[in-house]
Amino acid sequence: MTALLTLPIALPLGAAALSVVVGRWRVAQRVIGLVTLTALLGTSIALLVLVDRDGAEATQAGGWSAPFGITLVADRLAAVMLVVSMVMLLAVLVYAIGQGGEERRHVGFHPVYLALTAGVSAAFLTGDLFNLFVSFEVMLTSSYVLLTLGGRRDQVRSGMTYVVISLVASALFLTALAFVYAATGTVNLADLAVKFTDLPVGVRQALGLLLLVVFGIKAAVFPLFFWLPDSYPTAPTAITAVFAALLTKVGFYAIVRTQTVLLPPDDRPQTLLLAIAGATMLVGVLGAIAQNDIKRILSFLIVSGIGYMVMGLGLFTVAGVAGAVFFIIHHVIVMTALFLTGGLLEQRTGTGHLDRLGGLIRTAPALALAFLVAGLNLAGVPPLPGFVAKFALVDAGIDGGWWAVVAVSLLVSLLTLFSMTKIWTGAFWGDVEPAVDLHRPVPLAMLAPTTSLVALSLALTLFAGPLYGLAERAATDLLDASTYVQTVLGS
Amino acid sequence: MTIVLAAAAASLFGCGTYLLLQRQLTRILIGLALLAHGANLLIVLSAGGRGEPTFIGTGDADGFLDPLPQAFVLTAIVITFGVTGFLLALAYRSWVLTHDDEVQDDLEDRLVARRTEAEDVADARAAAAGAAEPKSDSEFEPEASR
Repeated sequence: MTALLTLPIALPLGAAALSVVVGRWRVAQRVIGLVTLTALLGTSIALLVLVDRDGAEATQAGGWSAPFGITLVADRLAAVMLVVSMVMLLAVLVYAIGQGGEERRHVGFHPVYLALTAGVSAAFLTGDLFNLFVSFEVMLTSSYVLLTLGGRRDQVRSGMTYVVISLVASALFLTALAFVYAATGTVNLADLAVKFTDLPVGVRQALGLLLLVVFGIKAAVFPLFFWLPDSYPTAPTAITAVFAALLTKVGFYAIVRTQTVLLPPDDRPQTLLLAIAGATMLVGVLGAIAQNDIKRILSFLIVSGIGYMVMGLGLFTVAGVAGAVFFIIHHVIVMTALFLTGGLLEQRTGTGHLDRLGGLIRTAPALALAFLVAGLNLAGVPPLPGFVAKFALVDAGIDGGWWAVVAVSLLVSLLTLFSMTKIWTGAFWGDVEPAVDLHRPVPLAMLAPTTSLVALSLALTLFAGPLYGLAERAATDLLDASTYVQTVLGS
Repeated sequence: MTIVLAAAAASLFGCGTYLLLQRQLTRILIGLALLAHGANLLIVLSAGGRGEPTFIGTGDADGFLDPLPQAFVLTAIVITFGVTGFLLALAYRSWVLTHDDEVQDDLEDRLVARRTEAEDVADARAAAAGAAEPKSDSEFEPEASR
């Protein structure tokens, strides 16, 4: 069990070091990357099965007991997130290898990608606020490098915005840590959950809000999302897919963790979160409608998707949080599929600008179909899993009597469908413009992960029942922090 | 002592925020460093007041200083150092590419600016055409490169 908890962090770090050593041989680096991520996928699936069967598991690094040592915890949510991230990281790595580009030109790509993986796993598994900070930094520093690899002018410009915003968020995180430590004398999440109940209500809520701002920047919720649509699209497609689908979700995971474990039920900022959720959904989708470039449209749609997750969390009911967990699973996979499909389009035609595309359905019908399926899935057209996720959220919202946010979420679904049709009609319908389809070769290594992700996003429908059950169990664990506390502190 | 450190942290945060709002990259960088220093100082403060050094001091158990925040600060300093180094490299790259230290507007802002400019030109043209003595169009030509 201990091995399963430490492997997702130790393995990619070791592999990253090895990858630096064999930097001269790109093939060796590729083998290391693929083998490591496949092994991690297996490990995280094993962890999910075990955790789902036996309940949450914790391990103490170096045998120091809980509030003093470094704690790693895997509960159902962490395990689910881990499996989903490994699936997408593996798919994107295959895609990046197929695409070449920065992956082929730079020694640094593979080691940094593995370090990013380690950071993501550590963020999911850590049971300690300070280690959460460290894992975020590992993840973000890797992402700075991946974003600016190549050093082109627009990359440097947008990379700068991204790095500065992230650093401001990190400084705020440190400030929040200082306040939390000054108030309680501990940074262990389980220990904090116990000690927070003794704090005055005002202090408790202020700390909760400060952490919400910190992770809100990383998760790109309204009004802290402005940096995302500008910085993500300049990276190579594969990297954008990782950032878009994964990094914001890690931020959201941290929001879920801190808002549920630390704050007792009465202090949770329900109305605030639901207001943020509505605004995030709406602003994201309106931004998407105004754009004309595929990657930028998709980047705005991520912001909109984050809104749905925040809505599920903000309800603070089992049904709501379960809906949010299911939505994350669906959103990570479908968003990656969309970005990768958009990347294929760019690879083939050399542009992602809708004004310059058109009529591609005649020359690339398979691509059109893949995009259509993934797009309808994102918008939530039944019977696709996007519909299941949104239905769960809307149902939970109606149960709670939060009509306004339910209405907004339904409207946003419609607008999402509209922005998807905009891409589809812009790129695939209309007259064939002869210059558009360059018929550039698309390598199999790019096609395979894209189609597998589209297929996987469809398969989620078939397994929606068991997956929703899992999401419900994860939500039950989350809302009652006592299981988490017991697992870590052991009493 | 605590009040002095707290005041120092506050002024670091203040100066850092001010510098962060400037347009020159070097100033933003220094601002970020100051902000991080302020946060680090705050963490040191979170250990409480003065106390005996932890591992080498002697005396009563209550008199010792909590060493954990210092470990936090060490980690945070290392991370900030690394990232600041990266940002410096990025700033240098930006200078090599553009010979300019100023942070550029984002793509969207520039597009909006260009659009309103084009609209202004169109309005001015329409106004000029409607006037009794139409002016020469060349005055209202949009800038060729922006």
